[in-house]
Amino acid sequence: MPFLLGIDPLVGVLSIPLVAAAVLAFVPGYRVSAGMNMAASLGSLLCALMLLAGRPAPGQYLLVDDLNVVFIILNTFVGFTTSVFSASYIAHELEIGRLTQRHLRFYHAMYQIMQFGMGLALVANNIGLMWVAVELATLTTVLMVGIYRTAEALEAAWKYFILGSVGIALALFGTILVYLAALPVIGEGMDAMVWTTLVSRAAALDPSLLNIAFIFLLLGYGTKVGLAPLHAWLPDAHSEGPTPISAVLSGLLLNVALYALLRFKMLIAANPGALAPGPLMIGMGLLSLIFAAFMLYRRRDIKRMFAYSSIEHMGIIVFSFGMAGPLGNFAGLLHMAMHSLTKSAIFFAVGHIVQVKGTQRMADIGGLTVSHPVLGWSLVAGVAAIGGMPPFGVFTSEFLVASTTFARVPVLAVLFVFGLLLAFGALLLRVNDLAFGPVKGPVGPVRASYLPMFAHLLLVLIAGIWLPPPLVAWFHHVAVQLG
Amino acid sequence: MHGLSFDIAHMLAGALVLVSFMMLYQVRLYALLNVLALHALVLSLSVAWQAHIQGSPHLYVTAAIALGFKAILVPWALRRMVFRMGVHREIEAVVSVGLTMLAGMALVALSLEVMLPVTAKADPIAREDIALALSVVLIGLLMMVTRRNAVSQVVGFMSLENGINLAATGARGMPLVVEISIAFSILIAFIVIGIFLFRIRERFDTVDVGALDKFRGGQG
Repeated sequence: MPFLLGIDPLVGVLSIPLVAAAVLAFVPGYRVSAGMNMAASLGSLLCALMLLAGRPAPGQYLLVDDLNVVFIILNTFVGFTTSVFSASYIAHELEIGRLTQRHLRFYHAMYQIMQFGMGLALVANNIGLMWVAVELATLTTVLMVGIYRTAEALEAAWKYFILGSVGIALALFGTILVYLAALPVIGEGMDAMVWTTLVSRAAALDPSLLNIAFIFLLLGYGTKVGLAPLHAWLPDAHSEGPTPISAVLSGLLLNVALYALLRFKMLIAANPGALAPGPLMIGMGLLSLIFAAFMLYRRRDIKRMFAYSSIEHMGIIVFSFGMAGPLGNFAGLLHMAMHSLTKSAIFFAVGHIVQVKGTQRMADIGGLTVSHPVLGWSLVAGVAAIGGMPPFGVFTSEFLVASTTFARVPVLAVLFVFGLLLAFGALLLRVNDLAFGPVKGPVGPVRASYLPMFAHLLLVLIAGIWLPPPLVAWFHHVAVQLG
Repeated sequence: MHGLSFDIAHMLAGALVLVSFMMLYQVRLYALLNVLALHALVLSLSVAWQAHIQGSPHLYVTAAIALGFKAILVPWALRRMVFRMGVHREIEAVVSVGLTMLAGMALVALSLEVMLPVTAKADPIAREDIALALSVVLIGLLMMVTRRNAVSQVVGFMSLENGINLAATGARGMPLVVEISIAFSILIAFIVIGIFLFRIRERFDTVDVGALDKFRGGQG
């Protein structure tokens, strides 16, 4: 237990996954390694929770502040629940021979390295370090997407790799431009890359250089977020990799990229002469939302469908951060958390469904509420939640975005609500065939771990009914900071 | 700022843009790989020159990586792969060479137009280096979108990355440059190994990305 050892929690969040990865690369047995994977993820979660109590002072490399502590906890929490889901998912994959023991060692080691990469990206106070960490997390997910070695999986991994590489290359160019802008003000060396220093001196930086930097960063990290014209990798990567990876991709990695973007947005917002990042983000967000909503209608593959739904929700989040103001940012933060929890819960359900039915084709899946009531109803609940039905938390955040937009730019609100309804219609149509109607496909028993799924859905439900006041105060405080 | 060191820095950065253009009109893979090696060689000279005039010896590491890894090792590995795998030696372009060259010129004009005014206050070396570096980056992107062949897409990516290296070394005293160039080298190694793995697993018959793109709309 980290409490007993008196470890600095921040060191724990970073070092536990790293040590675990090194060990897991050599542990042969499946049961032991899955257990260790869970234990390590739990350890990271506990360390992350300890950050609430006290946090270290920001240094040249690492920083824990009100903004990222939310993400660190969310990240480690979903990382832990996914590791629980992954244990039962992987057991089945081993049984049917899709994965071997050797793959599994690789898989578990990569899972922890990915956690490390994402954790490092979140706590990095240095824009160069942040870039390296995002690259690391991306590379590990690329390797995991291709783990099944089928033609489709390799194609997905290749596409993800090339587009992701271009994305990170553009992000690096943006990072260099930020450094160049800081050079005359802060001086040479590491200080000009430290985010806290940059923000405190932001007003003195050259605004036109910052503008161009932001465009590159938006395109670069935006590729990772899966914003509409740059999303091409996302559906393939989600549908061809193992489902636990789809869950962390949607629930976590997209968030991490968006977090990087938010940091730079704060930097731009702190400079009075720079362009307003709002309109750009609103445009890309709205485009992603409406585009993905239309694309949802043509999906035949269940995991691809929910991947498009992730693009839609990333669009919503970027849109609401673009609207900015305390309410817009508040809604964006809340929606990020809600989407992470809900979408990973959906992928947990979908993972087991696909294993039972032996196919991802939606046409071959039907009547789930009859054949597998728990999975079926969980999927229905998850889709209702992600579609923004009350009383789930997603409704709260979408309602907040819509109402703040109505109050300020009604035209945008109409488009926004149109996109939401369109996407909801598509999901409703599909889930109707999946969950109800005649039973299709095998009806064998399922050995699932329902706990992670229930935990996520329960949290989303609670958040929809009652947000604890301290949490609201916290989110509000961060929202004001975001400007 | 010494006139000569300034001029040499510009000459090398300008040469990098020229070599980028040379990539655009290659129609044979081997020739393209030679140009890639030349591109990396020019980059390594440019980085070494920056290391010299900025008095920052750690940049020599980046220059050495550019020379050893990108100018010699990767072109050699790709050449062997093209030979062993029997990839089509001609590069299939989506757009004709003439149009690509025109687009490349437009991109250079664009990057000069965008970067020079905003960097007016910056260090003069960094200022023009960054504009030229942006041209190299954009031409690299252009190459990636106009080529169907996986190997030439990798070449496009490497030239893009060379442009970023140029920008990073041009920014005086930028930390983590060496680390970043190592990270990128690892990335490229992954890409190259990836292509190789694709092939030896014999999942694909060609390394033509066009052949990988199945029609996904119907099935998914």
